[in-house]
Amino acid sequence: MELKLDHKQAAHCENGTVSALLRYYGINLSEPMVFGLASGLFFTHLPFIKLSGMSLTSFRTFPGVFFSRITKLLGIKRKTKRFFNQEKAMSKLDELLSKGIPVGCVVGMYYLPYVPVEYRFHFNGHNICIIGKDEKTGEYSVLDSNITQKVTISYKDLQTVRFAKGGTYPLMGQMYWIESVPKELPDMRTLILKSIRKTSKLMAFTPIHMVGAKGILYLSRRIRKWEKKMGRRRALLNLAQIVRMLEEIGTGGAGFRFIYGAFLQEAVQKTGIEEFNAFSQRMTEIGDMWRDFAYKISRMFKKRSTEENYTFDQLGDMLQAIGEKELTFFKDLYTVSKQYLR
Amino acid sequence: MKVKDVPQDLKYYKDTIVRDVNYAVDENGEYKAVLSSGWDPKTEALDMAWDEIKEKCKEIAERVKKGESSPLEYHLARHIMSVKLMAKYTGLRRHTIRKHLKTKYFDQLDDETLAIYAKALRISVEELKRVPES
Repeated sequence: MELKLDHKQAAHCENGTVSALLRYYGINLSEPMVFGLASGLFFTHLPFIKLSGMSLTSFRTFPGVFFSRITKLLGIKRKTKRFFNQEKAMSKLDELLSKGIPVGCVVGMYYLPYVPVEYRFHFNGHNICIIGKDEKTGEYSVLDSNITQKVTISYKDLQTVRFAKGGTYPLMGQMYWIESVPKELPDMRTLILKSIRKTSKLMAFTPIHMVGAKGILYLSRRIRKWEKKMGRRRALLNLAQIVRMLEEIGTGGAGFRFIYGAFLQEAVQKTGIEEFNAFSQRMTEIGDMWRDFAYKISRMFKKRSTEENYTFDQLGDMLQAIGEKELTFFKDLYTVSKQYLR
Repeated sequence: MKVKDVPQDLKYYKDTIVRDVNYAVDENGEYKAVLSSGWDPKTEALDMAWDEIKEKCKEIAERVKKGESSPLEYHLARHIMSVKLMAKYTGLRRHTIRKHLKTKYFDQLDDETLAIYAKALRISVEELKRVPES
């Protein structure tokens, strides 16, 4: 038994899963639209949360927030569930599938069978969409937005990845699905403007120095001290961690900036506000700066090249420039979105 | 990023069905979703993380051969597992696992406990008892 749902690749796993669920209920939103509406763009650098011994740097909102935000905006009834019992988690999934409901699951990367070995880390925040179960073999059909085609995964494997232990977020077989959709969707123009306002407010005006565009400035200040504080090798490892957070499987910091650029461009068509075109271009520039940053870091830890080298101070300068640019960008965006919402 | 600049540096995605989607701007300034088969800076960052792990494994393997550490410590490092994570997977106490990192205690382990570790690491008991030559 398999539900009728086409596979579509996406830049980001949670994005892809959520839009697949929406697609099944006839709500066709592009990936940038889903990302923008859910105010997915974010930045935070939290030194007190450790990921394999290094500070957490995130370029997006926290997992799970995404789905709850977009469903709330569109007036969709949804449900999220976690389990203590592994068998119950699987039987509930079967029950939903037999009712014809596609289910999104949060899984760990480490034991996912189709992921390349080099990408297997104990990271518990990958999202997949389960659309069916083969009764004979017990295999589940899975839509994974980072994969080019539909895949199957065995009962045992799925159970393992759904209950992957440790990591930053406890999984407990977390799964989510849509219960009902409203007959008519709310007015897109207001939704888009509201979500733009929300994103820019979070990025520019959160009064915590680790969050939003200020977080980038905070990280830029920290980076300058890394070499002195923890030695070159450790500092380089920390940089590698940022690049991996920036550009980890699927997408990352720069990628998210480009998706947001695409969202702003689409917003022009949907709202008719031409000003967002200029904002989209500015966002592209910021994304290019992030990419350049990642590229320069990678020159630093590549052993062979000696001709191209950068100091931690230079990297700090780059980040500072990005941070300042994002700060003004989101301040401007906030003013514009507020003005049109009146 | 321009559409033509979307990186196609195939490395770890080779022979897999994993691909990235990048959003890039075409000549008319419009955003498009483009498939990418990987980017060098990204794989290099990944290499760096793995080098660190491999080096640690090598060092532990040496110690195991000298009889100073148990193979369990090697396998934990190779699977990027901390004692804490292992404790969560097996349900054993952290203190117990730490004890088993020592040769003295590891050698006394019964097959049952070994099987618990092997299952959590997804290797056979035979593999658990030794470290690979290279």
